[in-house]
Amino acid sequence: MPDNPLDRGQHVEVLRITDLSKFYMMGEVRVDALKHISLEFHAGELAVLLGASGSGKSTLLNIIGGLDVPSSGKLFFHGREITAATEAELTAYRRRSIGFVFQFYNLISSLSALENVQLVTEIADNPMKADEALRLVGLGNRLNHFPAQLSGGEQQRVAIARAVAKRPELLLCDEPTGALDFQTGKLVLDVIEKVNRELGTTTLVITHNASIAGMADRVVRLRSGELSEDRQNLTRMSPSELVW
Amino acid sequence: MKPLHRKLLRELMRLKGQMLAVAAVVACGISVFVSMSSVKHSLEVSRQRYYNRYRFADVFVQVKRAPEFYRETVSRIPGVASVSTRITADVILDVPGLDEPATARLVSIPEYRTPVLNDLFLKKGRYIEPGKPEEVIASKPFLEANHLVPGDRISAVINGRKRSLLIVGMGLSPEYIYEVQPGSFFPDKRRFGVFWMGRRSLESALDMSGAFNDLSLTLAHGASEKDVIMRLDNLFKRYGSLGAYGRSEHLSDRFIVDEIKQVGIQITFLPVVFLAVAVFLLNIVLRRIVATQRDQIAVLKAIGYSNEDVGLHYLGFAMIPTAFGAVVGTLLGAWLGRGLMNIYAEFYNFAELVYYFRFEDVALSVLLSFAAAIFGALGAVRKAVLLPPAEAMRPDSPALYKPGLFDRESLRKKIPVSLRIIVRNLERRPWKAALSVLMISLSVAILIAGRYTYDSLDRMVQVEFTQKHREDVTVIFNNPMPPSVRFNIASLDGVIEHEYYREEPVKMSFGHRVRRQSIKGMESAEGLQRLIDKANRQLTLPQDGILLTSTLAELLGVRPGDKLQVDFLQGRQRHTQLLVSGTIDEILGLSAYMNLGALNRLAGDGGALNAAYLRLDQAKAGKLYTKFKDMPGVSGIMMLKAMKQSFDELIAQSMNTSTVILTSFACILAFAVVYNGARISLSERARELTSLRVLGMTKGEISFILLGEQALLTLAAVPLGFLIGIGLSALLAHALSSELYRLPLVFSAFNFLFAFLVIVLVSVVSAILVRRRLTGLDLVEVLKTRE
Repeated sequence: MPDNPLDRGQHVEVLRITDLSKFYMMGEVRVDALKHISLEFHAGELAVLLGASGSGKSTLLNIIGGLDVPSSGKLFFHGREITAATEAELTAYRRRSIGFVFQFYNLISSLSALENVQLVTEIADNPMKADEALRLVGLGNRLNHFPAQLSGGEQQRVAIARAVAKRPELLLCDEPTGALDFQTGKLVLDVIEKVNRELGTTTLVITHNASIAGMADRVVRLRSGELSEDRQNLTRMSPSELVW
Repeated sequence: MKPLHRKLLRELMRLKGQMLAVAAVVACGISVFVSMSSVKHSLEVSRQRYYNRYRFADVFVQVKRAPEFYRETVSRIPGVASVSTRITADVILDVPGLDEPATARLVSIPEYRTPVLNDLFLKKGRYIEPGKPEEVIASKPFLEANHLVPGDRISAVINGRKRSLLIVGMGLSPEYIYEVQPGSFFPDKRRFGVFWMGRRSLESALDMSGAFNDLSLTLAHGASEKDVIMRLDNLFKRYGSLGAYGRSEHLSDRFIVDEIKQVGIQITFLPVVFLAVAVFLLNIVLRRIVATQRDQIAVLKAIGYSNEDVGLHYLGFAMIPTAFGAVVGTLLGAWLGRGLMNIYAEFYNFAELVYYFRFEDVALSVLLSFAAAIFGALGAVRKAVLLPPAEAMRPDSPALYKPGLFDRESLRKKIPVSLRIIVRNLERRPWKAALSVLMISLSVAILIAGRYTYDSLDRMVQVEFTQKHREDVTVIFNNPMPPSVRFNIASLDGVIEHEYYREEPVKMSFGHRVRRQSIKGMESAEGLQRLIDKANRQLTLPQDGILLTSTLAELLGVRPGDKLQVDFLQGRQRHTQLLVSGTIDEILGLSAYMNLGALNRLAGDGGALNAAYLRLDQAKAGKLYTKFKDMPGVSGIMMLKAMKQSFDELIAQSMNTSTVILTSFACILAFAVVYNGARISLSERARELTSLRVLGMTKGEISFILLGEQALLTLAAVPLGFLIGIGLSALLAHALSSELYRLPLVFSAFNFLFAFLVIVLVSVVSAILVRRRLTGLDLVEVLKTRE
């Protein structure tokens, strides 16, 4: 069973979001993706961001990860304002502090599992060994397989290995099980939970699947770009106990 | 190796068809550049070295006969560095194994070998020995063409006496790098040769002791050629000089200088076209790569790769095939250059024609190709760099289609859906479609221009050897003959038709422009020789007045109706005014034509004839030739058929080589553009087309949509390519034209048909290749993957 979140230094603030809004143009249509969001996340926390498709959760994640900039509002990482960072500072932020896991894995199809992870270890400051990261996600025996030779779950685990290999402070997972079946999905969540527990990485998991919320310390819900719920789970469930 | 480098190499391998096409286009451009630059440089260096080592003169003058002491006089002219005098004469040769008489230009050399101007390069055998008047050194092309070697004998009619000459050596001279019979344009190696003979023996044979008829000199550094020529003309006017001239009017040097200039034109024009197409191809290929890798770009940025990392990565997609093309192009260029030099060695007689492969050319070509790569990749790389990572994660918003030209209600019903898709797709990106059409049309244009020279030479042969000249032989008299020579010729058995002309050297001037030129007095322009312009039109000979070649008229600045000042340089040396009655746009040389009677009246000496055109009874030609060989009054014979044959062998052969090269390069170009266009279309439309298959369309129907678009672009490119090709050919014709010759602008129907067929063939091949990929698409896989 996971230990009490209060014992894991949760009070150290990693991320603070204040009055954040974002709209963008999709063709000729204006989409208001986020409206006046304010949130904080703390060290070691495993949070699940719930919301239906189009609720703005991916946009929020992209802004947190420095992939996107808000239309208004501010974002602080360890007190430093990310929303005021230059392009080069943003690149360094992503390179040092952020690990990404995407719904469609987004592996480079022309690189093997090991090479996909090396893509990160190559440029990170204090990375794990690439094969070590793959062993952590249970793929020690699939190092030289290409994405096309791996199942969806395996590909997602390579993506997680790629994300954690740099020892990021913040792991951002965008619908990590969205393209996977139930069993494989649970296996992937297991790995995410393990990384959070063993490495103490602050982890944000985005999903539309409310059942996943049970594994989190904290659940944040978005609806039409607005914050509709923010609660703490008293206990975290193990992903293997989840049902959907 | 870094993971990003591995990604680059593996993906390049996956796109190898398209990348090879790009590399091939670059290779074509670079090989033309490298080969032509090195050939140009090699020709320049070989020419300069030859001239320096064998002391090619700067100024030349021919006289009837001048006393030897004038050598001293000339050497005292300010600006003159060194002077040589010689005796030269054209004589008839009886070559063993050759029915027809051949012509030799005899040139005197010192009995003891001493350095002279226009010196001899002894290739084989030995120098003549003093006191052995029968010894000669003969020119290499003549000996080789007639399979003669030092030690063989040959007989010649010198000053009316038949003499047996012993060939002791094989030589070459910077004066005869381009070795043609005086009055001819094309080399005929079998029937014309230069013979070097001891000065004494030539003096006695021609009764020229203590005299010379040919003088050449070199100028001191900084001396004025014009001043020296003026003084020479004053000195030698009374000795029958037709005017001194510099190197720029020396026929052999003119041909080489023109050749070098023409090579220079090809250096600029062809590589520019190829590199432009390479830029275009890289642009479309890279844009497509970046478009298909939006999500990968996003991941790289999300992971922490900087914009520079990403930009350089995608620039690699352009640089690697370009570098590969540059390497192959350089090697191919070196090989082509060497091959071209061998062709030049056939054509031009250098003592040493060395192929210089220059590092600078390679460096410049590599620089040029990389500039092209960067230029071509710029748009796509910029797009990759500027792509905000979050946006890259989202699929591209659907392409904006609007009702277009063909969407009016009335038309819509008549056009099938598949065709409507094609048309809308073209309408949506008109610039891309237009550029594709332009690029395909460029390859059509190069095909047209490549075969144009072929057609042009064909016309040249047709006009010069069939239309204009219809005689079998031209008999050149060694001295002007009185009109009564007709009776002598007519009495020869086997002469069917005979016609005469007079060539009168004059100085023409109009305003401040002056040219030395000879006027050809013709009996008629409807007989054996006719006046045919380069468009193959026949002109009539004016009764009075003078008809000038258009180029000559331009050089003099005269127009029909103007009055030209004319000074005859021979005989009574009269001055007269002549009405320019018209111009004729001829292919070869510069000419001025007059009615023979009118010329005789103006020159004022009864009517002297210089040569005869004869049409012969072929059954009796052999006997006639034997007679000519012994005729004292004949200095040369030119045979039309032989000239045509040597023209076909030499010029046509080298032209064929360049046409074959150009045609293959144009095919590569066409294939690269068409194939890449189709591949990119396939990549862009795979999902859409597969969806149509899922909806029930047949493989044939979706192939029609994809390939129909390509076919439409190709068909549109053909007429445009014809137009650009004609323009390009006109440009080439203009650039390659000189005072020596002008390429007629003609196109055979076959040229267009050939270009069309090549493009169709290339399109069909690339269609087959692309269709194989199209029909091999996995329906489920394609639909599953995100765009």
